[in-house]
Amino acid sequence: MALQASKLKIGDTHGERVVENLTRTQIVQYAGASGDYNPLHTDEIYTTKVAGYPSVFAHGMLTMGLTSKMLTNWVGDGRLTRFGVRFTNQVWPGDTLDATATVAALREEGGQHLADITLSTVNQDGREVMTGTATARIDP
Amino acid sequence: MAKITFPVEASHIMMFARAIGDTNPVYHDAAAAKAGETGGIIAPPSFVQAVAQFDPDYFLRPKPGQPWFGSGKTPSGVEGKAASSGGLHAEQHYEYHRHPRPGDVLTAETRPGKTWEKESKRAGKLTFRERITEYRDQNGELVVTATSVGVTTERPVAQG
Repeated sequence: MALQASKLKIGDTHGERVVENLTRTQIVQYAGASGDYNPLHTDEIYTTKVAGYPSVFAHGMLTMGLTSKMLTNWVGDGRLTRFGVRFTNQVWPGDTLDATATVAALREEGGQHLADITLSTVNQDGREVMTGTATARIDP
Repeated sequence: MAKITFPVEASHIMMFARAIGDTNPVYHDAAAAKAGETGGIIAPPSFVQAVAQFDPDYFLRPKPGQPWFGSGKTPSGVEGKAASSGGLHAEQHYEYHRHPRPGDVLTAETRPGKTWEKESKRAGKLTFRERITEYRDQNGELVVTATSVGVTTERPVAQG
C-alpha cells in the first residue's frame, strides 16, 4: 500500500523497532550477504586486541538496511527515489534499534507526487546512531 | 577504476533481506511479488552494496594463500598492523533510477569525489573521502547512483 498525498501531512511519522538485542550472528549474516568481511564486525579478538574497540560492532550498512525495512514498510515497495544516511554512532551487539520516518515536505514534480522524509534511528539509550533523508513516490 | 560486473540473483536478494531481518515477500516470494505493485522480486534499497562480492580484489575479503589482518593463531595475521581503526563508513546515499531485479546484470563503475578533513574530540583528525559509483544495467541504462563517504580516524573512536 502506497502513501497518498491527499491523506498525508508534514510531520506525519511512522516508527518501528527494527532489531531487538542485535546478535553477533546477525552481524555475521550481514557480512556474508554483503561481502564486507571486515574483522571489526565479526572478529572479537582482532577488534578488541588489535583495533582497540570494546567489542565487534555492526556494519553501518546493516543499520541502513534495518532502517530501510521500516521505510519500505511505510512507503511501499519500489517507491524510493532517494535514500541517504549518515552514521553518527556505532551499533553494538545487544543493541535494540528503533527507526522513525517523518514527512518533511510534500511536493509534485512533473505530475508525480513525492514525499520528502527525514529518518532517525536510535538505540535503547535514546542515542541516535543514524540520521537520514529519503524521497518516495506517493499516490495522489 | 575497473568496472565490476554484478549479476543480480534472486537467492542473493533473499540472503541479503534475511540479513537485514526483512521478511517482505517482495524480496523472496516470486509469486507474491508478481501479484504486487512491483510485478516481481526487487532488491532491497541498500542491496547494491553487495557489489563487494563481485570485486575480485575487494580488500575486506580473505583470499586463499594471502595473509589476513583478522585473527588466527595471533590476534592479527599481519605483522606490524597499526592499532588504528582504519576506515569507517560515515555516510551512504543512493539515488534510484529504478530498483534492480533478479536477472539484471549491473556494471558498477566508481570514481573518487570530494575529500575533506575535520578535527574531532572523539577520534582526532578525521579524513573524509567520497566515492561515487554508477550502476548501469545490461542496456547501459543508469539504475542506481551511490555516493559513499568513508572516514579514516587518527585513533579509535572514544566511547561514552
